[in-house]
Amino acid sequence: MNVSSGVTPAVEVRGLTKTFKTVEAVKGIDLTVYPGETFGFLGPNGAGKSTTIKILCTLADATSGTARVAGYDVAKERDAVRRSIGLVFQEPTLDGYLTAEQNLRFHGELYGVERISAAARRKEVLDMVGLTERRNDLVNNFSGGMRRRLEIARGLLHSPKVLFLDEPTIGLDPQTRASIWQYLNELHAREEITVFVTTHYMDEAENCDRIAIIDQGKIVALDTPAALKAAIGKDRVQIATADDAAAIAALKSVFGLEAQMVEGLVTFGVPEGAQFVPRLFEKLGVAIRSVAVHRPSLDDVFLAHTGTSLRDAEAMGSKFNPMAAARGGRR
Amino acid sequence: MAQASMASVQAVSVPKGGLAHETRAALVVWEREMIRFSRDPARVISSIVQPLLFLFVLGGGLGSLVQAGTGGVDFKTFLFPGVLSMSVLFTAAFAGISMVWDREFGFLREMLVAPVSTTAILTGKCLGGASVATIQSLVVLALAGLVGVPYDPLMILELVVLLFIMSFMITALGLILASRVKQVQSAMPLVQMIITPLMFLSGALFPLSNLPGWLTVVTHINPMTYAVEPVRSAVFDRLAMSPEARAILDPGIWWGSYQVSVLVQVALVVVAALLLLWGAVKLFNRTE
Repeated sequence: MNVSSGVTPAVEVRGLTKTFKTVEAVKGIDLTVYPGETFGFLGPNGAGKSTTIKILCTLADATSGTARVAGYDVAKERDAVRRSIGLVFQEPTLDGYLTAEQNLRFHGELYGVERISAAARRKEVLDMVGLTERRNDLVNNFSGGMRRRLEIARGLLHSPKVLFLDEPTIGLDPQTRASIWQYLNELHAREEITVFVTTHYMDEAENCDRIAIIDQGKIVALDTPAALKAAIGKDRVQIATADDAAAIAALKSVFGLEAQMVEGLVTFGVPEGAQFVPRLFEKLGVAIRSVAVHRPSLDDVFLAHTGTSLRDAEAMGSKFNPMAAARGGRR
Repeated sequence: MAQASMASVQAVSVPKGGLAHETRAALVVWEREMIRFSRDPARVISSIVQPLLFLFVLGGGLGSLVQAGTGGVDFKTFLFPGVLSMSVLFTAAFAGISMVWDREFGFLREMLVAPVSTTAILTGKCLGGASVATIQSLVVLALAGLVGVPYDPLMILELVVLLFIMSFMITALGLILASRVKQVQSAMPLVQMIITPLMFLSGALFPLSNLPGWLTVVTHINPMTYAVEPVRSAVFDRLAMSPEARAILDPGIWWGSYQVSVLVQVALVVVAALLLLWGAVKLFNRTE
């Protein structure tokens, strides 16, 4: 299927802006997501991710620009958009005093799912997320991971064309995060659905067909993970030294490399990093305590486009937002 | 239409909106209230205690004191319709204000992002609150015999209908409060602050005859008065009581020289309920 022509885009955004009083949260976003894609929306907290997703889900109005989801205008065809999308929010939205099955039934009735097929559909989505055996348990007795799986099942219940997930793995342990992604990856094999997911976990973004990196309200990069990494063209070298300032100066004067401190380590990019390390030891003239060479990762892509590592951006954010610090402990 | 190509997939279609869909949405919101109510038997007991204290302790304690003025009618019998009304008040108000908890735990969002109108959701909530409150009031109603009120089937039917309408109105009022209150801790004190005066100024606990001027004014502009008075009429119609006693205990509601009939009272309550529901919808649409 040629995705670029003759197909209604799953999401189409043109010149989207959002201003809160004096703060410009979203500064003109354009993007197109094609049917069947898993599209990742990456950025630190406060980059405009959540604002954009809220506009796409009809939960907020844009200041200017247009957005269409499943072919419907989010401002003018609100209910049509709502019928076409599934939502999994950052914050839980389940009723803990209802069972899993009752939560799904409630959702099906609210969305007007045909009664004839509703029960079979409930069973199917519960099977998909592995909660069939717990369907008659109160959600209050569920773990965080189970709740998130149930929310995903519920988001799929009315057979949406686009599933929006806002930080679906936040606050979950690594194992649970991996299993959530396994469900999302399996989804494509079973349903004709577009997945639009925001995250600030770079390792999770690898699961996406394409990703957009958003920083300070603008999209700074948009491509497949592989293409974004290839475009970097450099390996990342991180060294711990006896004198970081002298090392940065020496990298500049000896090798002509621009280095900076990232996560407490002298960090720079260089093609063929492994071959570079012997020369580094030979000529740097500053004692090196440790060295690490990374193939380009999405972290590097992020660093290259935003001038800061996502983890540092998180740490900065956490001064103002203790919640961000609590969520930041990754890897 | 995307063909559901995977054999395992049971794709469902979601029909366009319309009244049938709105009704389903309202009914499932109602059903949720009923499920939650059935899971919480402690709620029935705790909300019944206060009305029973009023009926038997206040009624019994003050009974001998006021006996002279009631034309021979037991004070507890007089209090019964008022206490019946009281028993639905707090439950209904709580059902409305529970939206604050729904917001806190995120479920409000699940409801408000659905492709249905806010009116459908809030109507379901009001029907739920009214049902729960009315069912609870049956416990008090069951005690009618203890205070000399006969178990007349038609009276019971009338009372159930009247209490349901009253509860619907109060649940809608609770929803209005919930739209303004963002903090869970403030919700219950606010309900107390609003509901207690509504109850005391409704004539639930004293006759509307021979009141001081200011109290006459306040009771006559309180919508609860028009909700309680039909309940009292329904009960007193079944009691053997001298016309003099009836005149003292149940003088009716007068606007100047015009006596407001029970039907008009009920109509006023229905209008008030719909106005409050309409206001709640406006407020929720604006703030959420």
